[in-house]
Amino acid sequence: MADAAVIATGTTAMSDRRIWLAIVLIGVATYGFRYSFIHLFGRIDEVPPTVKRVLRYVPAAVLAALVVPDLVTLRPTVTATLLDERLIAGAVAGVVAWRTENVFATIGVGMLTLWVVRFIVFA
Amino acid sequence: MHADIRAGVRDVSPLLLGIAPFGLVAGIASVEAGLDFAQAVGMSIIVFAGASQLAALELIGANAPFAVVVATAVVINLRVVMYSASIAPYFADYGERLRAGLAYVLTDQAYALSIAEFTTAETERSRFRYYLGVATPLWIVWQISTVIGFVLGAGVPEEWGLTFAVPLVFLALLVPAMKDRPTTVAGAVGGVAALLAVGVPFNLGLLVGATAGIVAGLIVEGVT
Repeated sequence: MADAAVIATGTTAMSDRRIWLAIVLIGVATYGFRYSFIHLFGRIDEVPPTVKRVLRYVPAAVLAALVVPDLVTLRPTVTATLLDERLIAGAVAGVVAWRTENVFATIGVGMLTLWVVRFIVFA
Repeated sequence: MHADIRAGVRDVSPLLLGIAPFGLVAGIASVEAGLDFAQAVGMSIIVFAGASQLAALELIGANAPFAVVVATAVVINLRVVMYSASIAPYFADYGERLRAGLAYVLTDQAYALSIAEFTTAETERSRFRYYLGVATPLWIVWQISTVIGFVLGAGVPEEWGLTFAVPLVFLALLVPAMKDRPTTVAGAVGGVAALLAVGVPFNLGLLVGATAGIVAGLIVEGVT
Protein backbone atom coordinates (compact mmCIF):
# COMPACT_ATOMS: atom_id res chain seq x y z
CA MET A 1 0.00 0.00 0.00
CA ALA A 2 1.33 3.42 -0.98
CA ASP A 3 -0.23 5.00 2.12
CA ALA A 4 1.58 2.60 4.42
CA ALA A 5 4.87 3.49 2.76
CA VAL A 6 4.15 7.17 3.31
CA ILE A 7 3.38 6.57 6.99
CA ALA A 8 6.51 4.48 7.43
CA THR A 9 8.97 6.82 5.73
CA GLY A 10 7.27 10.16 6.31
CA THR A 11 9.02 11.58 3.27
CA THR A 12 5.95 12.82 1.44
CA ALA A 13 3.98 15.91 2.46
CA MET A 14 0.60 15.09 3.94
CA SER A 15 -2.37 15.14 1.60
CA ASP A 16 -5.38 17.36 2.38
CA ARG A 17 -7.38 14.32 3.47
CA ARG A 18 -4.64 13.18 5.84
CA ILE A 19 -4.39 16.65 7.40
CA TRP A 20 -8.15 16.63 7.99
CA LEU A 21 -7.93 13.12 9.44
CA ALA A 22 -5.13 14.22 11.80
CA ILE A 23 -7.16 17.27 12.91
CA VAL A 24 -10.22 15.15 13.62
CA LEU A 25 -8.27 12.42 15.47
CA ILE A 26 -6.44 14.96 17.64
CA GLY A 27 -9.70 16.79 18.28
CA VAL A 28 -11.65 13.68 19.25
CA ALA A 29 -8.89 12.47 21.59
CA THR A 30 -8.57 15.92 23.18
CA TYR A 31 -12.30 16.18 23.73
CA GLY A 32 -12.24 12.70 25.25
CA PHE A 33 -9.59 13.87 27.73
CA ARG A 34 -11.58 16.99 28.58
CA TYR A 35 -14.84 15.15 29.08
CA SER A 36 -13.35 12.03 30.79
CA PHE A 37 -13.71 12.82 34.48
CA ILE A 38 -16.37 15.49 34.03
CA HIS A 39 -18.45 12.67 32.56
CA LEU A 40 -17.48 10.07 35.18
CA PHE A 41 -17.94 12.19 38.29
CA GLY A 42 -21.57 12.69 37.41
CA ARG A 43 -22.03 9.09 38.55
CA ILE A 44 -19.85 9.32 41.63
CA ASP A 45 -21.05 11.09 44.80
CA GLU A 46 -17.76 11.89 46.44
CA VAL A 47 -14.23 12.37 45.17
CA PRO A 48 -11.97 9.84 46.90
CA PRO A 49 -9.67 11.66 49.41
CA THR A 50 -6.57 10.18 47.76
CA VAL A 51 -7.60 11.64 44.41
CA LYS A 52 -8.22 15.01 46.09
CA ARG A 53 -4.75 14.97 47.66
CA VAL A 54 -3.13 14.19 44.31
CA LEU A 55 -5.14 16.85 42.49
CA ARG A 56 -3.95 19.54 44.89
CA TYR A 57 -0.53 19.37 43.25
CA VAL A 58 -1.66 19.19 39.62
CA PRO A 59 -1.72 22.94 38.82
CA ALA A 60 1.75 23.76 40.22
CA ALA A 61 3.37 20.61 38.78
CA VAL A 62 1.82 20.86 35.28
CA LEU A 63 2.29 24.62 34.90
CA ALA A 64 5.94 24.35 35.98
CA ALA A 65 6.48 21.43 33.59
CA LEU A 66 5.05 23.62 30.78
CA VAL A 67 7.02 26.75 31.70
CA VAL A 68 10.54 25.61 32.66
CA PRO A 69 11.49 23.87 29.38
CA ASP A 70 10.26 26.99 27.53
CA LEU A 71 12.51 29.28 29.59
CA VAL A 72 15.59 27.13 30.11
CA THR A 73 17.82 25.44 27.56
CA LEU A 74 20.56 23.32 29.09
CA ARG A 75 23.91 24.14 27.43
CA PRO A 76 27.44 22.74 27.93
CA THR A 77 28.44 25.44 30.44
CA VAL A 78 26.60 27.04 33.36
CA THR A 79 27.35 30.52 31.99
CA ALA A 80 25.92 29.67 28.56
CA THR A 81 22.83 28.22 30.20
CA LEU A 82 22.27 31.28 32.43
CA LEU A 83 23.04 33.92 29.77
CA ASP A 84 19.95 33.05 27.80
CA GLU A 85 17.52 35.77 26.73
CA ARG A 86 14.48 33.67 27.58
CA LEU A 87 15.79 32.71 31.01
CA ILE A 88 16.69 36.33 31.84
CA ALA A 89 13.31 37.63 30.63
CA GLY A 90 11.53 34.76 32.38
CA ALA A 91 13.32 35.44 35.66
CA VAL A 92 12.40 39.13 35.56
CA ALA A 93 8.80 38.24 34.64
CA GLY A 94 8.74 35.68 37.46
CA VAL A 95 9.64 38.38 40.00
CA VAL A 96 6.90 40.62 38.58
CA ALA A 97 4.39 37.74 38.77
CA TRP A 98 5.39 37.06 42.36
CA ARG A 99 5.26 40.72 43.53
CA THR A 100 2.18 41.86 41.59
CA GLU A 101 0.24 38.66 40.68
CA ASN A 102 -0.77 40.68 37.61
CA VAL A 103 -0.84 38.82 34.27
CA PHE A 104 -0.72 42.00 32.15
CA ALA A 105 2.36 43.26 34.02
CA THR A 106 4.03 39.84 33.83
CA ILE A 107 3.60 39.57 30.05
CA GLY A 108 4.49 43.24 29.45
CA VAL A 109 7.66 43.24 31.51
CA GLY A 110 8.66 39.78 30.22
CA MET A 111 8.29 40.72 26.53
CA LEU A 112 10.03 44.07 27.10
CA THR A 113 12.94 42.37 28.86
CA LEU A 114 13.22 39.85 26.01
CA TRP A 115 13.38 42.64 23.43
CA VAL A 116 15.90 44.68 25.46
CA VAL A 117 18.16 41.66 25.88
CA ARG A 118 17.76 40.50 22.28
CA PHE A 119 17.97 43.81 20.40
CA ILE A 120 20.19 45.89 22.72
CA VAL A 121 22.24 43.84 25.19
CA PHE A 122 23.07 40.79 23.05
CA ALA A 123 22.82 42.60 19.71
CA MET B 1 -25.25 39.62 30.88
CA HIS B 2 -25.51 37.74 34.17
CA ALA B 3 -23.24 39.11 36.94
CA ASP B 4 -21.53 35.71 37.41
CA ILE B 5 -20.68 35.53 33.70
CA ARG B 6 -19.38 39.10 33.91
CA ALA B 7 -17.12 38.13 36.83
CA GLY B 8 -15.57 35.41 34.66
CA VAL B 9 -15.13 37.78 31.70
CA ARG B 10 -13.49 40.35 33.99
CA ASP B 11 -11.05 37.80 35.45
CA VAL B 12 -10.08 36.34 32.07
CA SER B 13 -9.57 39.65 30.24
CA PRO B 14 -5.88 40.07 31.20
CA LEU B 15 -5.20 36.53 29.91
CA LEU B 16 -6.69 37.34 26.49
CA LEU B 17 -3.59 39.42 25.82
CA GLY B 18 -1.51 36.27 26.20
CA ILE B 19 -3.84 34.17 24.04
CA ALA B 20 -3.98 36.56 21.10
CA PRO B 21 -0.29 36.33 20.11
CA PHE B 22 -0.43 32.56 20.70
CA GLY B 23 -3.38 32.34 18.28
CA LEU B 24 -1.62 34.62 15.79
CA VAL B 25 1.36 32.29 15.91
CA ALA B 26 -0.89 29.25 15.39
CA GLY B 27 -2.40 30.97 12.33
CA ILE B 28 1.01 31.84 10.90
CA ALA B 29 2.26 28.30 11.60
CA SER B 30 -0.78 26.92 9.74
CA VAL B 31 0.28 28.80 6.60
CA GLU B 32 3.85 27.62 6.98
CA ALA B 33 2.75 24.00 7.46
CA GLY B 34 0.82 24.18 4.19
CA LEU B 35 -2.72 24.12 5.59
CA ASP B 36 -5.47 25.86 3.67
CA PHE B 37 -7.81 28.36 5.35
CA ALA B 38 -10.53 25.80 6.12
CA GLN B 39 -7.99 23.43 7.70
CA ALA B 40 -6.47 26.21 9.83
CA VAL B 41 -9.90 27.30 11.11
CA GLY B 42 -11.04 23.68 11.43
CA MET B 43 -8.05 22.82 13.56
CA SER B 44 -8.63 25.74 15.93
CA ILE B 45 -12.31 24.84 16.33
CA ILE B 46 -11.98 21.03 16.49
CA VAL B 47 -8.78 20.77 18.55
CA PHE B 48 -8.88 24.13 20.39
CA ALA B 49 -5.63 23.49 22.29
CA GLY B 50 -2.72 25.80 21.48
CA ALA B 51 0.37 23.85 22.47
CA SER B 52 -0.73 20.67 20.69
CA GLN B 53 -1.86 22.61 17.59
CA LEU B 54 1.56 24.25 17.36
CA ALA B 55 3.33 20.92 17.83
CA ALA B 56 1.16 19.24 15.19
CA LEU B 57 1.73 22.10 12.72
CA GLU B 58 5.48 21.99 13.26
CA LEU B 59 5.53 18.25 12.60
CA ILE B 60 3.25 18.51 9.54
CA GLY B 61 5.59 21.19 8.16
CA ALA B 62 8.57 18.89 8.77
CA ASN B 63 6.80 16.05 6.89
CA ALA B 64 6.77 13.89 10.01
CA PRO B 65 4.94 10.55 9.81
CA PHE B 66 1.16 10.80 10.26
CA ALA B 67 1.20 8.68 13.43
CA VAL B 68 3.84 10.88 15.06
CA VAL B 69 1.87 14.06 14.31
CA VAL B 70 -1.28 12.66 15.91
CA ALA B 71 0.44 10.92 18.84
CA THR B 72 2.50 13.97 19.80
CA ALA B 73 -0.45 16.35 19.72
CA VAL B 74 -2.58 13.91 21.69
CA VAL B 75 0.09 13.27 24.34
CA ILE B 76 0.58 17.00 24.92
CA ASN B 77 -3.12 17.24 25.75
CA LEU B 78 -3.05 14.35 28.23
CA ARG B 79 -2.64 16.90 31.02
CA VAL B 80 -6.24 17.95 30.39
CA VAL B 81 -7.34 14.65 31.96
CA MET B 82 -5.94 16.02 35.21
CA TYR B 83 -7.87 19.26 34.79
CA SER B 84 -11.00 17.25 34.01
CA ALA B 85 -10.57 15.21 37.20
CA SER B 86 -9.80 18.31 39.25
CA ILE B 87 -12.77 20.38 38.08
CA ALA B 88 -15.28 17.49 37.73
CA PRO B 89 -16.56 17.59 41.35
CA TYR B 90 -17.62 21.21 40.87
CA PHE B 91 -19.70 20.30 37.81
CA ALA B 92 -21.13 17.07 39.26
CA ASP B 93 -24.57 18.59 39.93
CA TYR B 94 -25.12 19.68 36.34
CA GLY B 95 -26.91 17.67 33.67
CA GLU B 96 -25.08 15.48 31.17
CA ARG B 97 -25.61 17.82 28.22
CA LEU B 98 -24.34 20.90 30.03
CA ARG B 99 -21.29 19.02 31.30
CA ALA B 100 -20.56 17.72 27.79
CA GLY B 101 -20.61 21.32 26.58
CA LEU B 102 -18.52 22.67 29.45
CA ALA B 103 -15.87 20.01 28.72
CA TYR B 104 -15.30 21.31 25.17
CA VAL B 105 -13.90 24.66 26.39
CA LEU B 106 -11.71 23.22 29.18
CA THR B 107 -8.28 24.80 28.63
CA ASP B 108 -5.24 25.61 30.81
CA GLN B 109 -6.50 29.13 31.38
CA ALA B 110 -10.17 28.27 31.91
CA TYR B 111 -9.11 25.57 34.37
CA ALA B 112 -6.64 27.73 36.30
CA LEU B 113 -9.03 30.66 36.79
CA SER B 114 -12.10 28.56 37.51
CA ILE B 115 -10.46 26.25 40.03
CA ALA B 116 -9.10 29.31 41.85
CA GLU B 117 -12.63 30.77 41.95
CA PHE B 118 -14.28 27.48 43.00
CA THR B 119 -11.80 26.70 45.79
CA THR B 120 -11.36 30.18 47.30
CA ALA B 121 -14.50 32.14 46.44
CA GLU B 122 -16.31 33.77 49.36
CA THR B 123 -19.27 34.56 47.13
CA GLU B 124 -21.87 32.04 45.97
CA ARG B 125 -21.40 32.46 42.24
CA SER B 126 -22.95 30.08 39.74
CA ARG B 127 -20.06 27.85 38.74
CA PHE B 128 -21.02 27.15 35.15
CA ARG B 129 -21.79 30.83 34.51
CA TYR B 130 -18.43 31.94 35.90
CA TYR B 131 -16.66 29.16 33.96
CA LEU B 132 -18.39 30.10 30.70
CA GLY B 133 -17.58 33.75 31.37
CA VAL B 134 -13.93 32.72 31.47
CA ALA B 135 -13.95 30.12 28.69
CA THR B 136 -16.08 31.83 26.02
CA PRO B 137 -13.85 34.92 25.53
CA LEU B 138 -10.84 32.58 25.38
CA TRP B 139 -12.56 30.59 22.64
CA ILE B 140 -13.59 33.69 20.66
CA VAL B 141 -10.17 35.35 20.90
CA TRP B 142 -8.47 32.08 19.95
CA GLN B 143 -10.58 31.68 16.80
CA ILE B 144 -10.25 35.32 15.72
CA SER B 145 -6.50 35.50 16.36
CA THR B 146 -5.92 32.23 14.47
CA VAL B 147 -7.77 33.67 11.46
CA ILE B 148 -5.83 36.96 11.66
CA GLY B 149 -2.58 35.01 11.96
CA PHE B 150 -3.44 32.95 8.89
CA VAL B 151 -4.32 36.05 6.87
CA LEU B 152 -1.20 37.92 7.94
CA GLY B 153 0.81 34.84 7.07
CA ALA B 154 4.46 35.34 7.76
CA GLY B 155 3.93 39.10 8.08
CA VAL B 156 4.86 39.25 11.77
CA PRO B 157 8.66 39.29 12.01
CA GLU B 158 9.85 36.17 13.79
CA GLU B 159 12.61 38.00 15.69
CA TRP B 160 9.95 39.73 17.82
CA GLY B 161 9.49 36.37 19.51
CA LEU B 162 5.75 36.78 20.15
CA THR B 163 5.46 33.10 21.10
CA PHE B 164 7.34 34.02 24.27
CA ALA B 165 4.07 35.46 25.58
CA VAL B 166 2.87 31.86 26.00
CA PRO B 167 5.27 30.74 28.77
CA LEU B 168 4.78 34.17 30.35
CA VAL B 169 1.06 33.44 30.67
CA PHE B 170 1.76 30.06 32.24
CA LEU B 171 4.33 31.70 34.55
CA ALA B 172 1.77 34.25 35.74
CA LEU B 173 -0.56 31.34 36.58
CA LEU B 174 2.17 29.20 38.14
CA VAL B 175 3.36 31.67 40.76
CA PRO B 176 0.05 31.93 42.65
CA ALA B 177 -0.41 28.13 42.32
CA MET B 178 2.73 27.65 44.45
CA LYS B 179 0.98 28.86 47.58
CA ASP B 180 2.56 26.71 50.34
CA ARG B 181 5.56 24.43 50.84
CA PRO B 182 4.23 21.22 49.27
CA THR B 183 2.83 23.00 46.20
CA THR B 184 6.07 24.99 45.83
CA VAL B 185 8.08 21.76 45.92
CA ALA B 186 5.63 20.21 43.41
CA GLY B 187 6.27 23.12 41.05
CA ALA B 188 10.05 23.14 41.51
CA VAL B 189 10.43 19.39 41.03
CA GLY B 190 7.91 19.33 38.16
CA GLY B 191 9.78 22.08 36.32
CA VAL B 192 13.26 20.61 36.78
CA ALA B 193 12.09 17.08 35.91
CA ALA B 194 10.36 18.35 32.74
CA LEU B 195 13.57 20.17 31.77
CA LEU B 196 15.69 17.05 32.27
CA ALA B 197 13.13 15.03 30.29
CA VAL B 198 13.12 17.42 27.31
CA GLY B 199 14.82 14.87 25.07
CA VAL B 200 12.22 12.18 25.77
CA PRO B 201 10.33 11.42 22.52
CA PHE B 202 6.73 12.41 21.79
CA ASN B 203 6.88 15.32 24.25
CA LEU B 204 6.42 12.87 27.13
CA GLY B 205 8.76 15.14 29.13
CA LEU B 206 5.79 17.26 30.16
CA LEU B 207 3.98 14.29 31.66
CA VAL B 208 7.16 12.95 33.28
CA GLY B 209 7.77 16.34 34.89
CA ALA B 210 4.19 16.78 36.05
CA THR B 211 4.09 13.31 37.59
CA ALA B 212 7.41 13.87 39.38
CA GLY B 213 6.12 17.18 40.73
CA ILE B 214 2.89 15.66 42.05
CA VAL B 215 4.78 12.80 43.75
CA ALA B 216 7.23 15.29 45.29
CA GLY B 217 4.34 17.39 46.63
CA LEU B 218 2.72 14.32 48.21
CA ILE B 219 6.04 13.29 49.81
CA VAL B 220 6.60 16.74 51.32
CA GLU B 221 2.98 16.81 52.53
CA GLY B 222 3.55 13.43 54.22
CA VAL B 223 6.76 14.58 55.89
CA THR B 224 5.52 17.89 57.29
